Amino acid sequence: MQALDELKTQACAAIEAATEASALETLRVELLGKKGKVTELLKSLGQLDADERPRVGAEINELKQLLSGLLSERKAHLQNAAVSEQLAKEAIDVTLPGRHQGLGTLHPITRTIDRMADFFGALGFEVVEGPEIEDDYHNFEALNIPAHHPARAMHDTFYIDDTHVLRTHTSGVQVRTMESREPPLRIVCPGRVYRCDSDLTHSPMFHQLEGLLIDENVSFGQFKGVIQDFLHAFFEQDALAVRFRPSYFPFTEPSAEVDIQCVKCAGEGCRICSHTGWLEVMGCGMVNPKVLEMSGVDSERYAGFAFGMGVERLSMLRYGIGDLRLNFENDLRFLAQFA
Amino acid sequence: MIVSEKWLREWVNPELDTTALAHCLTMAGLEVDSVTPVAEGLSGVVIAEIIKAEQHPDADKLRVCQVNTGSETVQIVCGAPNAAAGLKAPLAQPGAVLPGNIKIKKAKLRGIESQGMLCSGAELTFSDDHDGLLALPADAPVGQSVVDYFDLDDRLIEIGLTPNRADCLSVMGIARDLAVVTGSVLQGESIQEVPASVDDAFPVTVANPEKCPRYVGRVVRGVDLSRPTPTYMVERLRRAGIRSIDAVVDITNYVMLELGQPMHAFDLDTLKGSIVVRDALPDERIVLLDGEERELREGTLLIADEAKPLAIGGIMGGEGSGISAGTTNLFLEAAFFAPRPMAGRAREYGLHTDASHRFERGVDYELPRRAMERATALLCQIVGGSAGPIIDVTDPEHLPAQEPVVLRQSAIRKLLERDISDAEITRILSGLGFEVVAGGDSWQCRAPSWRFDMGQEADLLEELARVIGYDQFPAVPLRAALNPAPIAEARQTLRALKARLVARGFSEAITFSFISPELHKAFDPGVNPIQLRNPISAELAVMRSSLIPGLVNAVAHNVKRQTQRVRLFESGMRFLPGEPYRQERRLGLVITGSKAPEGWASHTQSVDFFDLKGEVELLLSGSPSTPIFKPAVRPGLHDGQTAEVWLGDELVGVMGCLHPLTAKAWDAPARTYVAELDLERVCQVTVPSYSEISKFPEVRRDIAVVVAKSVPAASVLELVEAQAGPGLSHTIIFDTYQGEGIGEDEKSLALGLTFRDQSRTLTDDEISAALAQVVDSLKKELGARLRA
Repeated sequence: MQALDELKTQACAAIEAATEASALETLRVELLGKKGKVTELLKSLGQLDADERPRVGAEINELKQLLSGLLSERKAHLQNAAVSEQLAKEAIDVTLPGRHQGLGTLHPITRTIDRMADFFGALGFEVVEGPEIEDDYHNFEALNIPAHHPARAMHDTFYIDDTHVLRTHTSGVQVRTMESREPPLRIVCPGRVYRCDSDLTHSPMFHQLEGLLIDENVSFGQFKGVIQDFLHAFFEQDALAVRFRPSYFPFTEPSAEVDIQCVKCAGEGCRICSHTGWLEVMGCGMVNPKVLEMSGVDSERYAGFAFGMGVERLSMLRYGIGDLRLNFENDLRFLAQFA
Repeated sequence: MIVSEKWLREWVNPELDTTALAHCLTMAGLEVDSVTPVAEGLSGVVIAEIIKAEQHPDADKLRVCQVNTGSETVQIVCGAPNAAAGLKAPLAQPGAVLPGNIKIKKAKLRGIESQGMLCSGAELTFSDDHDGLLALPADAPVGQSVVDYFDLDDRLIEIGLTPNRADCLSVMGIARDLAVVTGSVLQGESIQEVPASVDDAFPVTVANPEKCPRYVGRVVRGVDLSRPTPTYMVERLRRAGIRSIDAVVDITNYVMLELGQPMHAFDLDTLKGSIVVRDALPDERIVLLDGEERELREGTLLIADEAKPLAIGGIMGGEGSGISAGTTNLFLEAAFFAPRPMAGRAREYGLHTDASHRFERGVDYELPRRAMERATALLCQIVGGSAGPIIDVTDPEHLPAQEPVVLRQSAIRKLLERDISDAEITRILSGLGFEVVAGGDSWQCRAPSWRFDMGQEADLLEELARVIGYDQFPAVPLRAALNPAPIAEARQTLRALKARLVARGFSEAITFSFISPELHKAFDPGVNPIQLRNPISAELAVMRSSLIPGLVNAVAHNVKRQTQRVRLFESGMRFLPGEPYRQERRLGLVITGSKAPEGWASHTQSVDFFDLKGEVELLLSGSPSTPIFKPAVRPGLHDGQTAEVWLGDELVGVMGCLHPLTAKAWDAPARTYVAELDLERVCQVTVPSYSEISKFPEVRRDIAVVVAKSVPAASVLELVEAQAGPGLSHTIIFDTYQGEGIGEDEKSLALGLTFRDQSRTLTDDEISAALAQVVDSLKKELGARLRA
C-alpha cells in the first residue's frame, strides 16, 4: 500500500524534525488523534476486501505502534535536552568556600581537664567540685596544716576575712567528700585555685586537678601504678620515664613529687627542664592517717592516696604553650588554635 | 640550704661523683636544685708577693711591680691603689684563665711589659671588691695555686628543703641522711669540751620556759678581735651566702652552718645584772641589728638584761649589746626556742633570718650544749680567751616529748607490699638517730631530738621508703571494686553544654575571678563586692559578682587586636556577699561583630539582640519550662534592649546590649550583647518522654494583626495559644511591620497558626471557628485588629 509507506516516511521525518513539545503534540493529534491520518486509515479498513483486511490492518497497527513510540522517544529527548540546558545554566563554582557560622573552641585548660577526667573516669573516679571561697578549716586545718604551720608560707594565700581564703588547692573538696560519704571513694576535683603570686611563671589564678582514692588494701605500689599509667596515657608515650621523689606535704605520708622525663628534649636537657632532663608535674602521696581520722575515716581499716597537679603546667607541656599568661588573655588567635 | 660539697665530704664521703651524690640526695627527699662550681674555669693563678712597686713613667695611675711568683721574679704593671711592696696577692700568669673565660697574655701597658695580671677579689668572682688587689694574709704561701689555697675546687649544692626537714639546715644534718642512704660512715666533727678556765658565770633567768625550754650561755673573757677569721672559715661562710663580719660573729655563724644551732654573742660588758628571757612589756621598743627601731608586740619573746631588751629571741639581736671592735668579753647564747610559739613571729616584724627560719621549723633541743662547746673551742683557737662554765637553764617539762612510735611489720607489708628485715630497719632508723627496740613483729622507735615530724607509724614508713628508695617499690595495677553510678539524664553535663556552645561558634574564655572595683561598679553598683584582703593589684581586688565584666574585658582585648567578630562563653562562679558567702555557678555569653564570619556568601551585618536571644533560647530548650523574657533595666546595659530571663517563677538570668557609655568606657564595641545565666538551671533538662505522632494532615492559617507598639509580641502569642483551642499545634511570628499603612504607634505581626489533631482531620469549619475566636480575643483583650 503505497499510501501507507508514504505516510510512514513523512510522519517519521516530521517527528524527527520536531524541536518543541507543542509541535510534537500537534503531530500526535494529526497522526494518531481521533481524526488523525492513521486513525482515518484504520477506519477505511472496512472498504477493503475481506481477505486483505487482516494484513493491511496489521500493517496499519504496526505503523501506529511505531509512530507512538517515536513520538514518546522524541518527547523524552526534548525534555532531557531542556533539563540539561537548564542545569548547564545553573552551574556554580564549587571551589568557592562554604557558608557557616564558624565553630568555637574549648579552652585548652578545659580540654586538658577533660582528658584527665576521661582517664580517671575510666578507672571509676567521679568528678566532684566545691567552693572556691573556702574556710580555713577545709583549706588548711583538716589537711594537717594548722595555723602558723611553715607549710602555710608555701601557699601565698589570698585572704577574704579572718576565717576564709580563696582556696589554695582543691583539697578542700576532698575533705568535704570524706566528711559526707563513706569509703571506698574515688574522686577527682578539678577547678580554679588561687595563690597570691604573679610573675612569668605564676598566675594568681590557675587550675588544679586533685584526686583521692580511699579503699582497703591500697598500697604504695598501686598508687605509683595509677600515677604512672596516667602520665603515660596523658602524654601518649608508654615509655615516658616517670620518677617518684620523696617530698613533704602535711596531708600525705609518705609524700612524693613526680617528675617525668622532659617531653621537649626527651631527657637530654633543655631550657624547658632547666637542663635537668626532668619536669616536675605532680605532688602526691598516701593520705596522712591524721587527715583520714580528722574527716572521720577509720585509718586502720582504710588507706588512701591523693595527688594534685597543675592543669596549666600539663596543658602547656602538651601543647607547647610557652607563656602562662596566654591562658587568661582570651585572645581568639590563641583560643582558635585548640579546635 | 647551700652546702659545699667538700665540706659535706669531710663529714661523709660516699664513693660517688658529684652528679651521683646530688641524685642520691634528691631521691632521698633532699631535692638538689642546682650544683654550681665555686670558681668555674679558674686556672694559672698563684699567690705572689710584690717585692717592689714603682710609679709607671707614663701613667699616673699605674705602677710597675716586681713580683715574686715563688719560682721567679716577674714584672707586672698594675693599676690597683693598694699595690705596694710586701703585699701578697693573686697573680694571673700568662696562660691563666679567669672566670668568664678571660685569657691572660703578656701585654705592654703604656710601653712597659707586664707578665700577667695581679687580681682583685672580684676578678676571681669570690668577692665584690673591685677596688684593689685581693690582699692575702702574710702567711699565704707564695707560689701556691689560688685554687688550692682557697680550696676552690669545690661545688655548691643547693638543696630545696621541705619545711619538715629543718634538721638538714646544717652540714651535719645533710651528712647524716646521706650516710644512711649510701651506707657510708658518718665521720662527724669530734666536739671537744672546753673546760672552764675562769669561773665567771652570768645569771640567767627564763620566765617563759614554754617558749624557751633550754637556754645555754657561757662567758668567754679576753678575746682578741683584732685577729682575723681564718680563710677557710670566711670561704665556707661566703659559699653559704653569709658575709664575714668579725671572728666572733663568724664563728657563731659557722657553728650554725656546721651543726644547725643558731647562736648569738653579746658583749658581756654591755649587759646589766643578768640575762632575763621574758615576754615583751607593753610599749617596749628595741633597735635591732638591721638598724631599725621596732615597737615590740605582745607575746614577743625577748632576751633582756635587767635594764633593757637585748634581742628578740631566736630572731635577731639588738644594737648596742652585740660584738664591736672593742669587745673583749663575751656572753654566748645557744638556746632552744620551741617551734610553735616561734611560728610567724619573725614575719610579724617583716623579718626572716637564718635563726628564725630554723627555730620556726625546729632545732635539735639537745644541740645547744654541744654547739656551745664547739663554738668555744673555735673561739679559743682563733681569738683566744678564757671560757667560763657552761650555764644551762633547762625546763625538761617543756622540752618536746618524743613518744615512742610502734612500727609493725604488718603495716610495712600492707603499704609497701614486702617485708623489710629487722637488720635493715635497725640500720636505717638507728642511722637516722632513732632509738629502736625490736619486739618480734614490731619495733618501738623513739625519734631523735632533731626530728619534729615523727609522730606516727606512717612517718616511719616514709623514712623507710625514702631511704630504701621510692624506685625500689614497683608500680602495680590498681585493685578496686567497680562502682557503677546512675547516669543522671535530667542533668546535662557541663561538658555537653560546652560542646553545644562550641558548635554554635562560641569559644571558651577563662577570665580571672577577681576584677577591679571600677569594672565591678560599672555593672553591679548595687552589690558591695567581696574584697580580697591582700589583692595582687588594684586591678584584681574584688571578687566578681557577675561573669559579664570579665567577658567585656575579653571582647575589648580582642577588638583592640583587630579581631572584630567575637563570640565567647565562660562558665564559673560568681561571688556575692552573705553569710555564708554565695558562690554560684553561672554561664556567661558575649557576642559582637558580624552575624557570620566574613565571606563572599555572608553579609557583614552586625549581630543584634535577637542573635543572642536565639542562643539563650537554644540553651534553655531542654528546660522543663519555656523561658520567658521580660523587659528590664540593668546598670551597664541598654535601657531599651535588656531582658530578664525567667523559667517559671524563677529569675535565671539576664541578657542585653551593652549601654553605649559603658561600652565606650571599657573599650568594647557599642553593639556588644551579653548574657548571664544560672548554670545549674541551664543544666537541668527534662528526660524525653515519647508522645504519639499524629497521622492526620496539618492545616496552616496565617493572619496579620495590628496592635499598639507597646503590646509585647509574647502577649499576643500567649493569647493565641490560650484561645485557639486544642487543635492548635504551634504558632510562629513570620513577619513584623511598622510604617506606612498603619498608625505611628502601631505595629503589625504576621502570625502563622498550624492546626493538627491527634485523632482525626480537622474540618474547615472547626479551624475557621478557632481562628475567629482568636481574632475576637485579640481584639477585646489587646485592642488588635486584622490588617487589611
